[in-house]
Amino acid sequence: MADASLLRDSRLDALGRLAAPLGRFAALLTIALALFAAVLVLFGRNPLRAYADIFSSTLGSAYGVSETLVKMTPLILTALAAAVPSRIWLINVGGEGQLFVGALCATWAAIHLDGLPSFLLLTIMAALGFLGGGLWAAIAGGLRAGGWVSETISTLLMNYVAILLVNFLVFGPWKDPDGVNYPQTVEFAAGAILPMLGGTRVHLGLVFALVATIVCAFLLARTRWGLEVRAIGGNAEAARRNGIPIERYVLVTMLIGGGLAGLAGMAEVSAIQGRLRPSLSPGYGYSGFLISWMAGGHPAGIVAAAFVLAVITAGGDILQMTQALPGSVVNILMAVVLFVVLARQAGRP
Amino acid sequence: MNTPPPLLTLRGITKSFPGVLANDRVDLDVHRGEVHAIVGENGAGKSTLMKILYGFHRPDAGEIELDGRPIRLDTPHAARRCGIGMVFQELVQVPALTVVENIALFLPDLPVVVDGAAIATRIRETAERYGLAVPPAAPLWQLSVGEQQRVEIVKLLLADARILILDEPTRSLAPHEVDGLFRIFANLRRDGYAIVFIAHKLREVLACADRVTVLRRGVVAGSLRRDEATAAMLVSLMFGALVAEPVPRATTTARPGTAPILQLERVSVPPLGHGPGLAEIDLAIRPHEILGVAGVAGNGQRELGDVILGLEPCRRGTKFLGGEDATRWPVAKMRAHGVVFIPEDARRLAAVGGLTVLENLALGDTRRYARAGGFAIDWDAARADLDRALERLGVSIASPDRPIDALSGGNVQRVILARELARDPRLIVAFYPMRGLDVRSAMAARALLLRARDAGAGVLLISEDLDELFALSDRLIVLFRGRIVGSGVPAPPGGRPGELALDEVGYLMTGAERRARG
Amino acid sequence: MAPLIRSLLSGSIVSGTPLLYATLAELLSERAGVVNLGLEGVMLVGAVVGFIATVHTGSATAGLVAAGLAGGLFNLVFAFVVVSRRANQLAAGLTLMFCGVGLSALMGARYVGSQIVGLPELRVPLLADLPILGPALFVHDALVYAAVPVAAGAWWVLFRTRWGLSVRAVGENPVAAFAAGKDPRMVHYQVLFLAGVLGGVAGAHLSLAVARTWAEWMTAGRGFIAVALVIFSRWHPLRALAGALLFGGAISLQLQMQALGVPLSPFLLDMLPYVLSLAVLAVWGGRARHAVPASLGRVFQGTQ
Repeated sequence: MADASLLRDSRLDALGRLAAPLGRFAALLTIALALFAAVLVLFGRNPLRAYADIFSSTLGSAYGVSETLVKMTPLILTALAAAVPSRIWLINVGGEGQLFVGALCATWAAIHLDGLPSFLLLTIMAALGFLGGGLWAAIAGGLRAGGWVSETISTLLMNYVAILLVNFLVFGPWKDPDGVNYPQTVEFAAGAILPMLGGTRVHLGLVFALVATIVCAFLLARTRWGLEVRAIGGNAEAARRNGIPIERYVLVTMLIGGGLAGLAGMAEVSAIQGRLRPSLSPGYGYSGFLISWMAGGHPAGIVAAAFVLAVITAGGDILQMTQALPGSVVNILMAVVLFVVLARQAGRP
Repeated sequence: MNTPPPLLTLRGITKSFPGVLANDRVDLDVHRGEVHAIVGENGAGKSTLMKILYGFHRPDAGEIELDGRPIRLDTPHAARRCGIGMVFQELVQVPALTVVENIALFLPDLPVVVDGAAIATRIRETAERYGLAVPPAAPLWQLSVGEQQRVEIVKLLLADARILILDEPTRSLAPHEVDGLFRIFANLRRDGYAIVFIAHKLREVLACADRVTVLRRGVVAGSLRRDEATAAMLVSLMFGALVAEPVPRATTTARPGTAPILQLERVSVPPLGHGPGLAEIDLAIRPHEILGVAGVAGNGQRELGDVILGLEPCRRGTKFLGGEDATRWPVAKMRAHGVVFIPEDARRLAAVGGLTVLENLALGDTRRYARAGGFAIDWDAARADLDRALERLGVSIASPDRPIDALSGGNVQRVILARELARDPRLIVAFYPMRGLDVRSAMAARALLLRARDAGAGVLLISEDLDELFALSDRLIVLFRGRIVGSGVPAPPGGRPGELALDEVGYLMTGAERRARG
Repeated sequence: MAPLIRSLLSGSIVSGTPLLYATLAELLSERAGVVNLGLEGVMLVGAVVGFIATVHTGSATAGLVAAGLAGGLFNLVFAFVVVSRRANQLAAGLTLMFCGVGLSALMGARYVGSQIVGLPELRVPLLADLPILGPALFVHDALVYAAVPVAAGAWWVLFRTRWGLSVRAVGENPVAAFAAGKDPRMVHYQVLFLAGVLGGVAGAHLSLAVARTWAEWMTAGRGFIAVALVIFSRWHPLRALAGALLFGGAISLQLQMQALGVPLSPFLLDMLPYVLSLAVLAVWGGRARHAVPASLGRVFQGTQ
């Protein structure tokens, strides 16, 4: 009897724990939308039309939803890229660069190994994308572990290097000779394209992203390494004194995080672009970082926040067309959402 | 009896924090030219009372009068305007700034453009008058704790404070520095300053205070003039019925012939940051032995502990553990070979706040509980170990699945002690293990260390408290600026050659010459 | 050879000037213990507001004033979030950057391709006629000439005035500053406003003197380079001068080599400032640790 009531209480508790933040989140979103509306009014645009455009184009149709899911895929992966290192207080702002390097490495395989059977080729592309992004991030990890450069600064700077590297290749050695003057590589062979799900542009990358989220959550909660990571995150000094090799975890978490961003780059280049272009990402890496912050690194929260930002990002493309607004205007909406969330989370580290 | 009215009067001061009544209707009178000591057990409400006086906390009830006029002390700023200044336990100074800049920051009449030379002159004048030697141009981090404290006092004097509050001013001072501080008190008293200080050592209180107020659980247990007070009276006021049971004097069971567990040969660590590093350290710890390390904080104790644990590489020299060359072993390997660590502040250095008690236990040795190659953790085994370890200590923890944060500081320390001692250590590195513990917990921790020693462990006990070191150590070394400047068996004054007397250790700790034996 | 040296030197100075103002902006904030990764956004807002004001008033001076004010006000948004709401500085900084990118794009959309006269070049009499050095050093706009006095002024304010003392004290140990009767939050607001003004001016120099046009995200990461330069200069305004010149040189070198037709991809040359930043940080980083304002360390370790 006592047990039963206890059980019910705890279930109610769990429900309450879930409902309260959801309600809070909805309230914050409303404030943010109102603030962005004010900005639009200030610049002589009609915010209601803008919102109508955003929501009808993203959530108003099956196609819209599928496009939102397409945007969500790289956002989840780049959010994990920031969330995994953030567990030990590393600040990986380099998701953008890691995504580009991942795309670059996957492209190398797609161009040079195009004779391989599709399954094998895609596996190699994914592995190279992961490794490329991971090692790119591990450079920053190494600089941090050795006590030379804060990873915040190094990952930021390396974003520019990675993007310039891709530019160099697509304008130079990898340029498609038949592409007139477009800076892009040759189109990938069919075997290098990730399978799509049911006639939409939603691709296998979404499965990667969801599986990666679950695997990360499992590793963190259940395994020895997860326990050690949580210990470093909770109290690095105590962890060090308990013999946990912090430098190694700095490298490994950066490697995994960067690898996931690299995987996002591989998925984009393979499924969405079909070739390597400099316009590969509208800042997915940065958005991912902010998603991870909004969600506090929590897996379910990452998926939810990625969905919100996917709606905003997908909506941005529409605003560009229907309202003649510059595409980066959605950055304001995103920033306003984040400011409201950050201001609300007062005092959280 | 014609006593002048008090300078400062507190009546009925009450302050509660969630779950604690820190001060309960406290009355206090402070006179001009009086050195007033506040004593009491940890958690008796001394610090809270001082912080109320300095405007850091606002009392829930009660009145404060200065020269018979009621005043409100809502902010430190308000307190300073009333001429009340405080020297904190953790000195609130800016290490990167110079002495002049630190003091300038505090001056109420500082002009928009700072004239460093003029301030330096003022500092020198005040310092000379009261015997407060400080180097004005040095950045603060280069100064010793004693010097930093003097800077704080100069600062208050230049800012026209009439009432100086000091929170445990003698805590990290060597004996002769304490004497110096008391001489400064005497000089200040002569000029009519009032001094209120928190103290832990009754010997010091009786040496310099004009009046002693005892707090117990937030209430004034008594307030005595110096000529009325005796150590025994103060103890009974502080602890009530509890009579401090003397810890039996340690008697070593180590046989000189046995091979040492740990041996350092000419180990050196270069100075890093603010620390002095270590120079040519030779030492050995045998089973059944407590080796005490005396020294003023910051003379290489942290480096010594870290080198032994493997946290800091020895740049030169060799380290042997149980006869094996362990010079390059990382922490994990040292721990796997039976070295454990008891920190000064378990919450900061050993426990991970967000994790549960059980997870914290598993952290002591994650490999031991890992299953399926690390993909799973055997929580049942961990739980059984925790129960066994706690039982051995005679403690019980209500729920091991709650975050360790939810436990009190003493209980965190106990869980960590249980975790570390449960691993049947060969070598215990104890780093100020009793600091911050109240008398009861400290006595329990001492007994545990002795029990571990008797079970065959070697113990390195690093402490600032000479009384404690003399009560526990089988042998003693003294560290000064990273060197061992003295070693021997602790002994009462006038002992045989090869033995160290208390006052002698005090001098060695501060780099003074070893006095000639009479 | 002479024209190459002249244009390289002149180019370093012109490219280094916005970097210097941005670096001083970041340096001030960091001296007070606040890392502002949003400087990029502040610069963009300054650049676009300065440009728009110049288009409408025809006066680049008016544009400069508007840019400074806009930068200062925009940075107060950041100040509110991190000071009053105590949000994480790094996340708030990045958010500010996004906000600045979007806001400047929205404001500047109608002005892409507009023409302005920009900040006039002032010839220093006599000195400008010196061979090589004359045209390289003494034919510049007013902001270039002001760079050295502004850096020296920043040093004087930080190290010789009461306000500078409280800024440094707040950055090192806010509790101590509070105990000394300073209000750390007020100091933070003042510093962040001033840093915003400097950041706005830095952006305006790009749009009014260097490019003389407006383009979306025209700062191209200079705000982040400034963050690196602050570490390079070990939080000292005068060393920031040297750093800004060095990095201006790297940018200028790339332009010169392109102009000379050196057969090297411009994209590889473009990496130079970023790679140089990293290399310099890696070499200096270990040694600079002691100069870090103490409360900044906590930001990077996430305990604040």
